[in-house]
Amino acid sequence: MYRYDHYDQTLVNERVAQFRDQTRRFLVGELSEDEFRPLRLQNGLYIQRVAPMLRVAIPYGMLSSKQLRMLAHIARKYDKNYAHFTTRQNIQYNWPKLEDTPDILADLASVEMHAIQTSGNCIRNITSDHFAGVAEDEIVDPRPYCEVLRQWSTFHPEFAYLPRKFKIAVSGSKEDRAATMVHDIGIYLRRNENDEVVLDVLVGGGLGRTPIVGPVIKKDLPWQHMMSYLEAALRVYNRYGRRDNLYKARIKILVKALTPQKFAEEVEAEWQHIKDGPATLTEEELARVAKHFTDPNYEILGTVDAVFFQHLSQDKAFATWVKRSVHPHRVPGYRSVTLSLKPMGVAPGDLTDAQMDHVADWADEFSFGELRVSHEQNLILADVKQSDLFALWQKTKAIGLATPNIGLINDIVCCPGGDFCSLANAKSLPIADSIQQRFENLDYQHDIGELDLNISGCMNSCGHHHVAHIGILGVDKAGSEWYQISIGGHSGRALDDSGRTLPTALGDVIGPSFAAADVPDVIENLVKTYLANRYEDEQFVDTVNRLGVAPFKINVYGEKGHAKVTAHA
Amino acid sequence: MPKIIRDGAIFDAPWTVLKADDTAPLPSLSDAPLLIVPLKVWQLRREELLARSGQLGLLLQTNDEPAPFGADASLFSLIAIQFDKFTDGRGYSLGRLLRERYGYSGELRAVGDVLQDQLFYLKRSGFNAFAVRADKSIDAALKSLNDFSETYQGAWDQPLPLFKRRPISTVN
Repeated sequence: MYRYDHYDQTLVNERVAQFRDQTRRFLVGELSEDEFRPLRLQNGLYIQRVAPMLRVAIPYGMLSSKQLRMLAHIARKYDKNYAHFTTRQNIQYNWPKLEDTPDILADLASVEMHAIQTSGNCIRNITSDHFAGVAEDEIVDPRPYCEVLRQWSTFHPEFAYLPRKFKIAVSGSKEDRAATMVHDIGIYLRRNENDEVVLDVLVGGGLGRTPIVGPVIKKDLPWQHMMSYLEAALRVYNRYGRRDNLYKARIKILVKALTPQKFAEEVEAEWQHIKDGPATLTEEELARVAKHFTDPNYEILGTVDAVFFQHLSQDKAFATWVKRSVHPHRVPGYRSVTLSLKPMGVAPGDLTDAQMDHVADWADEFSFGELRVSHEQNLILADVKQSDLFALWQKTKAIGLATPNIGLINDIVCCPGGDFCSLANAKSLPIADSIQQRFENLDYQHDIGELDLNISGCMNSCGHHHVAHIGILGVDKAGSEWYQISIGGHSGRALDDSGRTLPTALGDVIGPSFAAADVPDVIENLVKTYLANRYEDEQFVDTVNRLGVAPFKINVYGEKGHAKVTAHA
Repeated sequence: MPKIIRDGAIFDAPWTVLKADDTAPLPSLSDAPLLIVPLKVWQLRREELLARSGQLGLLLQTNDEPAPFGADASLFSLIAIQFDKFTDGRGYSLGRLLRERYGYSGELRAVGDVLQDQLFYLKRSGFNAFAVRADKSIDAALKSLNDFSETYQGAWDQPLPLFKRRPISTVN
C-alpha cells in the first residue's frame, strides 16, 4: 500500500501543528464557535449529541496492521475501547475530548494517517472498491488513481469552502463495489480499444433528501486529464452551486437545474482553459504511485488445497462461513475473506480495541500485514491462502468475527443514528438489533439469500437506505420516531459473466411509515412475500423488480391499504 | 488608518470607496490617491474614472463575473474581493481566474470577513493582500501565511504540482 515520503509526512505533521494552535485559540476564546466550526470539521471533529465525534480517514479503505494497532490504541487511550467503521471507509470515535484531539491527530500522523477533510464542505475521503487489486473482475486497479486524487484534493486551496460536502468514489471493475453512481463524482476506470486507461465521469449522483443516480457527463477521458477535468467540474460547482439553501447546495441540484448536458458544456468550456496545463498527470507520477500497489509476495500455489476441501466437507459450520465470507481471488490458491462486524447484539460496524489488535495480528499472519475496510462496514483480509482459511476461521470465530452473514439480511448497513448523531431524526441501532433478532436463525437467513438491508436515521442517508433491497429511513413526525420503508433499490452490481451490469437503482417507498416496534413484523412480511413468490433462485430484489411493489404492499397494508400493523399517515 | 498584510508584511492602507449609487464629482487626488470603485460604478463611469489621474482600485463581490471586465483588469492597481462570510468559497475561484485567466498582476486584496485560518488558501488562490478583520490580531494572522511548507496541487503561487517537482530520488 502507499507509504508516505518526506513530503507527505511533513504535510500531515504541519496539519497537526495547525490544528493544535486552532484548538488552543478556540479554548482561550480567540476563535468563536462559528469561526472554529469549519476548521474542526475539516479535521474530522463534530460536536455531537453526547460528546465530540472524531472521524478518521481510511483512504480508499486500505489499512496496515500497524495502523490498525494505532486505531486500537486510540480507542483505549482516548475513547471507550471501541470505534465505529462507517459507510465511507472512515472510522469514528464517539467519545474523544476536544482538548485531546490534537494529540490523537499526532498519534495518527505517526502511522501515516489523518482526519483531514473527513467532514466539512470540502472534498472528502476518496473511496473505492474494497477488493481493489485482487478482484477477478477488475479492469484497472483504482488505488493509484485514488492516491493521486487524495494528494490532489488534500488542502486544495480553491475547494476548501464549497457550497456543500463533496464525495468522490472510484471503481475499476465490472461490478461497481464503490457505489460510484450515488456520489458527487463517480469515476469508472476502464480500457479503451487501444488498451489505454480512460475514465467515465459521473457527476451529481447522491442520496440524501434528493436521491439521484448520477449521469455520465464525460466519457473516454484519458487518465492524464483526470485532475484538470475534475478541477473544471469543481470550479463550475464552486462558483454556481447554491449557497442560499443548505438542502439545495449539493452539486446534484446544480446539475439537475442546468440539465446534465448544459452542466457538461460548462465544464467542457472551463476545462479547455486548463486542459494540458500543469495538472496533467504524468506517466512518471502514476508509475511512482502505482509502485506502492504492486503484488505482495504471492506463493505459487495450486488452485485446490486438499486439506481445505477436507475441512469443507467435514465441518458444516466452516462450510457455511466459507460460503458467505470467502471471495474469489485472481491469484490461484488465494482468497479474500470478509470479517463480519455484524454479530448479534453489537452495533453494525463497531469493533473493540482488543478485536482490532487481533485483526492486526491475523493481517500479519495471513494477509501480508494489510487489510481493507468496506463501505458495507466490514473488514477484509484480501490475500489469504486457501490452506490458511480453516485456521483463520477458528481464530475469528473465537472472538466473534466469523458470523456467516455476509450479504445476508443480518449484514445490516446502519448509521449511528439518534443514539449518537445530532443530525438524526430517529434511532437506527435498536431497529437493526430488533431485525437481527427476528432473523437470528442462520438457516432462515441463508434460505432468504442475498438481501441488502440498510438503515438511515435521517434524510442525510449515511446508511445508504435508498440503494438497499430493503431500505429503512427514520423520520420525525410531531416529535416521535417513525420508519419509512422502501424496497427494490440496489447499488450497481454485475448481472452475469459477460460483464453486463445492472445500474444502480433507488428503492420505492411502500407506503406510510411505521412505529419502531412494528418494523420487524413489516420486514418479515416483505420477506415472506418474496419467499412465496420467488422464481427459482432469484434474489429478493429480482422478485421486487419482476413483480413490482404492489404484492408486497398488499401484504403489508392489506387489500384496501389499511395497514395490518399501525401505520402513520 | 486600517492595516493590511501585503506581500508578507504589515502596512497602513488607505481605503476610499465610492458608493455604488454615487453620482457626485470624483474626489480629488489629494483626498483619495487611490480611489476604489465597485464594479457597477466602474461600468457606469469608466471614461470619467480613466480620465482621472491617480490610482484606481476595483471592489468585487464574490459572485461577480470576471468576463465582462476581465480585459480591463490591468487598468487597476488594486482589485479587492469582498468576503461577506469567510466560508464563501467563490472568492477563491474568482481570485484564480483574475490571476490565471485574465493575467491580473496588481494587488489582489481580500476584504471583509478575512480571518487568519483562511489566509494560506487565499494566498494560494492569487491573493497577495489581506485586510484581516479589525477585531483580530493581524500579527497572528501573518504567521498563518506559512502554515504549510509544501503543497500537493498547483495553484497561483506555485503552478507546478508537487509531482512535477518531487526529486526522482524520493521514489522508493
